[in-house]
Amino acid sequence: MNIVVCIKQVPDSAEVRINPETGTLIRDGVPSIINPYDLHAIEAGLQIKEKLGGKVTVITMGPPQAEQALRDALSMGADEAVLLTDRAFAGADTWATAYTLSRAINKIGADIIICGKQAIDGDTAQVGPELAEFLDIPHVAYVRKIDSITEDSIIVERLMEEGYDIVEASLPVLITVVKELNEPRLPSLRGKMAAKKAEIKRLTAKDIEAEESLIGLKGSPTQVKRIFAPELKKEKKMLEGSPEEQVQKLIEELKGLKCQFL
Amino acid sequence: MRIVVRSEICSGCETCVSSCPYTAIVMKEGKAFITEYCQLCRACLSVCPEGAIIEVMEEGEGVTVAEPSAYRGVWVFAEQRNGKVASVAFELLGAGRRLADTLGVELSAVLFGSSEESARELIKYGADRVYLAQEPLLERFNDEPYARLLAFLINTHKPEIVLAGATPIGRSFFPRVAAILRAGLTADCTAFDIEPGTGNLLQTRPAFGGNIMATIITPNRRPQMATVRPRVMKRLEPDPSRKGDIIYVKPDNLSSRTKVIDTVKEVSELSVNLQEAEVIVSGGRGLGDAKGFKLLEELAALLGGVVGASRAAVDAGWISYSHQIGQTGKTVCPKLYIACGISGAVQHLVGMQSSDIIVAINKNPEAPIFNVANYGIVGDVYEIVPLLIKKIKELKGL
Ligand SMILES: Cc1cc2nc3c(=O)[nH]c(=O)nc-3n(C[C@H](O)[C@H](O)[C@H](O)COP(=O)(O)OP(=O)(O)OC[C@H]3O[C@@H](n4cnc5c(N)ncnc54)[C@H](O)[C@@H]3O)c2cc1C
Ligand SMILES: Nc1ncnc2c1ncn2[C@@H]1O[C@H](COP(=O)(O)O)[C@@H](O)[C@H]1O
Repeated sequence: MNIVVCIKQVPDSAEVRINPETGTLIRDGVPSIINPYDLHAIEAGLQIKEKLGGKVTVITMGPPQAEQALRDALSMGADEAVLLTDRAFAGADTWATAYTLSRAINKIGADIIICGKQAIDGDTAQVGPELAEFLDIPHVAYVRKIDSITEDSIIVERLMEEGYDIVEASLPVLITVVKELNEPRLPSLRGKMAAKKAEIKRLTAKDIEAEESLIGLKGSPTQVKRIFAPELKKEKKMLEGSPEEQVQKLIEELKGLKCQFL
Repeated sequence: MRIVVRSEICSGCETCVSSCPYTAIVMKEGKAFITEYCQLCRACLSVCPEGAIIEVMEEGEGVTVAEPSAYRGVWVFAEQRNGKVASVAFELLGAGRRLADTLGVELSAVLFGSSEESARELIKYGADRVYLAQEPLLERFNDEPYARLLAFLINTHKPEIVLAGATPIGRSFFPRVAAILRAGLTADCTAFDIEPGTGNLLQTRPAFGGNIMATIITPNRRPQMATVRPRVMKRLEPDPSRKGDIIYVKPDNLSSRTKVIDTVKEVSELSVNLQEAEVIVSGGRGLGDAKGFKLLEELAALLGGVVGASRAAVDAGWISYSHQIGQTGKTVCPKLYIACGISGAVQHLVGMQSSDIIVAINKNPEAPIFNVANYGIVGDVYEIVPLLIKKIKELKGL
């Protein structure tokens, strides 16, 4: 079983904030981490390998520094790592990212591809399904449980708005996973040692024979026009007094509103 | 494009360094320097007091499409579940109608696997035309046939804008459509406008877990595609006298490599449909145990609402994940959101801060939840909520 896990290095967004007065991002020493959902994708890959044999390849497209994310994944137990890095990839939106990943995965070969549900910087959740389309394989998004997997098919639970669907797909397939799926393992000491020395395969645009007009900023249909701070909430009222008085005031306020809650 | 620092102007003030979400700016010999980390997000451009950071276009840059003007009209994808049109579809029609009127073009809806009656409903809510495909394969959501057929229709009719709900369905199959069409797709938008002059769709959405907002354009490709966050756009009042056409689509060669074996609804004592609820009473770690949710259910039932939760409460096992609100849970936008014992971590806020009215009940006056609340009560949930229940019951004569 050839298992490929797509991971992305992201700033720890819990700590990225915008200063509403100056409109600038405040982030003193925000660390770069593996996108949290992708840790679950790696764990899923490792579990499938433990069951069916094969190897887990982690792949990322990013700047040279993204190598650290790959080493972290290797220390969890991934077998091989591929870094897609090239100035020409910079500025890629989801379309160009998915295209670029598809070129590389076509070269590597995969029976199952696992992505995180979304990356916490862009929050788009688009790369997985777009990648599946480029590879011309089926996909199942929002997988929260893998019921069964064999060499040629997989049955999973897909999280939906009001519950879940049980979905069967033929392999090769791409899945995107949510956090409920599993608990990512911590790297072992031995894993860490091995990861330090492991060789990371680097691929450029030329290596994957990517069409120049389809990668990076050039290949990206969308453009960021403006970035700004979210508006802060309208007027705010603290309701003072004893608990009884506070509750009474709240009831009065709610009664005074146009919508009829009470 | 590249972002460059004009070092002769740079004063070395370092403002840009902290503005960069990717840590891509470092100081070198007292001047700002853009490293390979740069993702071209442009966050730094506006912050430099000297205007020393600029973007440089390179030759032949930007994808172009033969003729953007060959694309006309606004489309919305009307998602259905069990044949019934989902409420997000009506919201899309509300947003789509406004855009279509601004552009002076028609608004069409695309409906798969549902009835003529549902198609008529879409017309009442603002559609001029409905493309209806009634194949059995389309009755249940299935990524591949949905994506193929929609891409085919778009290629045939060439609308300039296509919107879908940012629901599990829309977010799953719409990217495939964009991939097929080589179209730009903007996720989870919360506001739209038409750019004067160019007619481009300005697509505004939260990024970085809601910490920043970004406006995205797709200047050189058509159609411009976006998914839209549920419960943000306003639906129109239905107008039974509205006229529109239903166009029957007869697809052939549809197939799927995935099969939905079963659809399971997960319901607790109080059935959760958070995204459609008008009132949500939400509990967090401050409740202390699962019993606290019984209290919240009572309050929710009195207000005709449902119960939500923070991740901390879900992780503690007090309530099921389907109630979770926030970055890793559901995004909700009820008329009234009552947060009980929730601190207001940013990951929770992004899922609920666009609610119309937010009430926060928390022991700690410093809790960040109060920053987004319209009404704040500093107090103990176990004191406040029973009182609230009592007063509401009195009011209702129960
Ligand atoms: C990548 C990522 C994704 C996440 N996604 C989500 C998400 O989707 N949704 C989500 O909610 N969180 C999410 N989180 C977690 C989030 O950061 C917070 O940990 C979580 O929201 C905290 O939940 P809480 O407010 O219930 O608990 P706490 O932060 O522990 O707050 C409890 C509050 O209750 C108050 N309190 C205590 N006792 C009482 C009482 N008797 N009466 C009144 N008030 C009382 C306290 O003052 C405190 O403010 C995510 C985190 C990460 C890193
Ligand atoms: N640059 C990238 N390199 C590798 N995988 C990526 C990259 N960007 C996104 N992905 C994968 O696609 C998922 C969804 O990302 P996004 O569409 O950006 O929200 C992530 O969880 C990753 O699995």
